[in-house]
Amino acid sequence: MSDTQQTKDESEADGPAASQTDSSPTESTSSAESTATVETPKWSNDSISKTLSVSFLLCIVCSVFVSTSAVVLKSRQQSNKLLEKQTNVLIATGVINQGDNPTPDEIQLAFGKFEPKVVSFETGEYVDVDPSTYDQKTAAKDPTQMVTIPPDIDVASVKTRAPYGLVYLDKGDNGELRHVVLPVHGYGLWSTMYGYLALQSDLTTVTGFVYYQHGETPGLGGEVDSTKWKAQWNGKKIFDDEGNIEIKVLKGLVNRTAPGAEFQADGLAGATITTRGIDNTLHYWLGAHAFGPFLDKLKAAGE
Amino acid sequence: MANLKPKEVLLNPVFKNNPIALQILGICSALAVTSKLETTITMCIAVTFVLALSNTAVSLIRNHIPSSIRIICQMTIIAALVIIVDQFLQAYAFEISKQLSVFVGLIITNCIVMGRAEGFAMKNDVRLSFLDGIGNALGYSVILIVVGVFRELFGSGKLFNVEILRVSTEEGGWYVANGLMLLPPSAFFLIGLFIWALRTWKTDQIEETN
Repeated sequence: MSDTQQTKDESEADGPAASQTDSSPTESTSSAESTATVETPKWSNDSISKTLSVSFLLCIVCSVFVSTSAVVLKSRQQSNKLLEKQTNVLIATGVINQGDNPTPDEIQLAFGKFEPKVVSFETGEYVDVDPSTYDQKTAAKDPTQMVTIPPDIDVASVKTRAPYGLVYLDKGDNGELRHVVLPVHGYGLWSTMYGYLALQSDLTTVTGFVYYQHGETPGLGGEVDSTKWKAQWNGKKIFDDEGNIEIKVLKGLVNRTAPGAEFQADGLAGATITTRGIDNTLHYWLGAHAFGPFLDKLKAAGE
Repeated sequence: MANLKPKEVLLNPVFKNNPIALQILGICSALAVTSKLETTITMCIAVTFVLALSNTAVSLIRNHIPSSIRIICQMTIIAALVIIVDQFLQAYAFEISKQLSVFVGLIITNCIVMGRAEGFAMKNDVRLSFLDGIGNALGYSVILIVVGVFRELFGSGKLFNVEILRVSTEEGGWYVANGLMLLPPSAFFLIGLFIWALRTWKTDQIEETN
């Protein structure tokens, strides 16, 4: 089998070289034109016009197929992505657990109880923008809206952020705040990592922290997806009594018996830069340039 | 090559001329996606689709492909098919497509697909090329599924996410899961054992020592 293949390949390799030297340009174009009507010898395929037309047609046909499939399936893919995002908000707040398999209806029902709010980063006040259409990711890249982050405080390499943030409030039956879910993102090793941080009503204790989109190395930085790593966030504290950001993602494991362990989270083994990225992400987004003012306002309102 | 029987074209690649076991092609994806049967089967279906249709398409236009750009023509067809498969997975099997991540895209560089397009479809008619594509995909799938069954069963005590062996945890269970089975190197061992078994059965596949 392999022997016959080899000899065939050799004879083919001779083909184009021979035809290039033998045939003059005029000959090859005339033979290319006749390919449509009669069975022509193989070599006529190698003329410049035939080469160009075959590659052009092939590209057109392939691109039509590819773009058709992309356009037809787009709405379904987007609803999948939206559902995934909603699922992650629910996981962050502990409404559903990792590994549960809720139906899309269940997710939408549970997510419907959350109150989306658009918040100004500058003032910390709610702004009158429709949360259902506001896209924080797009706004962060829109030159008319985006706010450039001064390099000295841009620890998470976010570069630009939207003027407003889209947060989710989880309220109890009497309207008391149970959780607030903040979108955060920051650079890891290879990619920008997008996640949700859910805080309890004291606005310092973490309920859950999940990343829903990243491109870190599977098995190393990609372990941000692991159930075990995510589970440790429940009960961690972000701010100390004076309101300083105390949380630290360590390089290595937390000594759980040491004092202050609630302010420390395990890093990811073999992924120092991803770990640092997570730490920086939390520090930027909870800081004064991002959700800090909003959290302060919310805290003052609660007291 | 002229008197190929359709049945042989279809069935030979399964055991007699298996793309993974005899030609040792397409190993990379066999290592990456076989830790669970769910992803394994999805990958097999994706490769079958791409291989059958790329062989058919290449064979359809084989008389018009200029030999100087034949590889790039085959690649264009293969890449287009792979993107279509990827789009479908993202729409209809979102969870699985996330687990397969880059490996669906990497079907483009799967040596089996390229090898069959260049080695078979360029020289044979459409019907035989289609069958050859299906046959080679079957050969690929047989190995992947065997590896996948072993890895999921012994690595996590499950098959298709249904518990078969009760993995010992704090709540009981007797089976100590073999963590190595969840890591890619175990697929090397399993494929090696498969090739050993196959060559013991079909002794003509044994290579002569140099």
